[in-house]
Amino acid sequence: MRELSYVQAIHEAHRQAMAADCRVFLIGQGLWSPWYAGGSLEDLDREFGRDRVLDSPVSENAVTGMAVGAALAGMRPIVFHPRLDFLLLAMDPLINQAANWSYLFAGQSSVPLVIRAVINRGGEQGAQHSQALHAMFMHVPGLKTVMPATPADAKGLLLAAIEDPNPVLYIDDRWLYNQTGPVPEEIYRIPIGEAAVRRAGRDVTIVGISWMAAQALEAADVLASQGIDAEVIDLRSLKPWDQTRVLESARKTGRVIVADPGWRTAGAAAEIAATVAAEAFHDLHAPVERVTLPDTPAPSSHAEEQAYYPRPSAIVEAAWRALGRRVGAAA
Amino acid sequence: MLGRWKTMLRIRRAEEAIGEMCETGEVRCPCHLSIGQEAVAAGVSAALLPGDTVWGAHRSHGHYLAQGGSLESLFAEVLGKTTGCSGGRGGSMHLRAPEQGLPGTVPIVAGTIPLAAGAALAYKLRGEKRVAVAFFGDGALEEGSVHETLNLAALYKLPMIFVCENNLYSSHLHWTERRVADNLDQAGAFHSVPGARVDGNAVEDVFEAARQAVGRARSGAGPSFLECRTFRWRGHVGASSDQDVGVHRRGELAEWLEYDPIQRAAEKLNMDLATHCADVDQEIDRALTNARSASTPDAGRIGEHVCAS
Ligand SMILES: Cc1ncc(C[n+]2csc(CCOP(=O)(O)OP(=O)(O)O)c2C)c(N)n1
Ligand SMILES: [Mg+2]
Repeated sequence: MRELSYVQAIHEAHRQAMAADCRVFLIGQGLWSPWYAGGSLEDLDREFGRDRVLDSPVSENAVTGMAVGAALAGMRPIVFHPRLDFLLLAMDPLINQAANWSYLFAGQSSVPLVIRAVINRGGEQGAQHSQALHAMFMHVPGLKTVMPATPADAKGLLLAAIEDPNPVLYIDDRWLYNQTGPVPEEIYRIPIGEAAVRRAGRDVTIVGISWMAAQALEAADVLASQGIDAEVIDLRSLKPWDQTRVLESARKTGRVIVADPGWRTAGAAAEIAATVAAEAFHDLHAPVERVTLPDTPAPSSHAEEQAYYPRPSAIVEAAWRALGRRVGAAA
Repeated sequence: MLGRWKTMLRIRRAEEAIGEMCETGEVRCPCHLSIGQEAVAAGVSAALLPGDTVWGAHRSHGHYLAQGGSLESLFAEVLGKTTGCSGGRGGSMHLRAPEQGLPGTVPIVAGTIPLAAGAALAYKLRGEKRVAVAFFGDGALEEGSVHETLNLAALYKLPMIFVCENNLYSSHLHWTERRVADNLDQAGAFHSVPGARVDGNAVEDVFEAARQAVGRARSGAGPSFLECRTFRWRGHVGASSDQDVGVHRRGELAEWLEYDPIQRAAEKLNMDLATHCADVDQEIDRALTNARSASTPDAGRIGEHVCAS
């Protein structure tokens, strides 16, 4: 199959969705800029016109609110926030309005809206330009959240999100943009709520989210060289998340590590760990391990930044702990 | 006026040095340079007294230096050193010089505008004759909170000034792509905040307008709004002049380069640019040498200061 990069796959999903469905339009910041969206939206304005690809003023709250209104009026808007940090200015339309809409009108109407927000961190950008806030959104009923980690999922989950009758938050990570992989040419959907087993294994389960799913595969290679057979699950959807697949794997290996690109306390990994502990308690041989960011904002300086972001080695060490081996000891 | 001119020159040369370090990769954090806009910061700060505060955003090297922030701490901060004004935690977009009246700058567009109003409220509640200045770009006026703050400031007669540095662009977008009318000077009028349009490349004009606004604020008459028209010579972020904005901006840039706030003031003052540049450059070299030799933060202390103790 043809290979695309993650960013090309996002681009193709937008193109195909806009060509196939005239209700789809794009609004947000950086849409006419050659660099702002990291190439993920390049030239869409030329292809589909600037009436359908609106590079907006710096008005996150009103733009998101307008998208909710347009969705209720029969459109399929995609709102682009070049950083997840900026989505914080649009919490009211997203949570009070869009997420509650279906429930509060007893399912008679809903908000078919895609909010795309980018985790864009590293590069000494500091605390206000580096946040991975997905857990906050995972908390909210009525809002679906997806975080693709591969090019094929980047395309298929975006197309699924556009067709979903609910508000879907689609979070992509700039660190994944250059990853390549096979991507089908046609329009297809990756079902929201379904995880993918990226690597089958017997000894330990690693559940990875977004960038950390890619790190988990690297960690699994290292573990394999040490005689440890790890199963890697790419969660892909955060809400709803695939409890069936994760629990199945947990029961098989009895050892679970959750690798999450966000903070530790009340994070996505905490939710998954709690569920695994409750539902697979009798099959577990060790406490569930979490590999997360420390509970601190992102520092700017290179030295601190290097220490801040967990590497595959942190997942390897967590696996050792789960297997009851001393960290640092040779396998 | 000589002081204001020297301030502008200091900002210009310091930012040129930072720009070079961005290009060589020695500076890695994103830097938004205000080269070409120096008269706004220099003119406004010159109208303030000790105790007044200035609140900035992502493009605030100029505000920091105009307030008298240390060159060495600025360089150290963009280099990610422990001696940086924010201990290397913040980088270019998070500057601080509290002794000089700069409580902290942040890169969330419009983020500090209500904060400046809050400081002004505190001064008023305590009966202090202090003034707060909110610096922001033309793009910031697109955020709703600015308009809420204008009303609040008028309602509570806050001792503050809204200074909009209108450089005609927000990132890659010209104002005509974001707005119907060229009337930012009227942004406060609806909320009963008087506004004025000022030539932001004429440091004396900025100074005079700021002096009046500061006088009004200090006397208890309430806030004012200044639209300072200017232009940034460099790209939105980084040192190059057009990496992000393409052909459209180039013609405009050539015009604005002719309208250099520093050159214009030098002509008025009959100053010899070269001699003064040499003085400033010496100071910059010294500060840079010290900043470079400072230590980098200890990664083991990454968890410190999440909460104040
Ligand atoms: C809330 C928020 N939205 C978007 C951005 C991205 N952003 C950074 S600077 C900028 C442009 C701001 O333009 P303006 O206010 O005119 O200031 P200038 O850069 O021209 O000095 C934008 C959109 C941001 N930092 N914060
Ligand atoms: Mg601007």
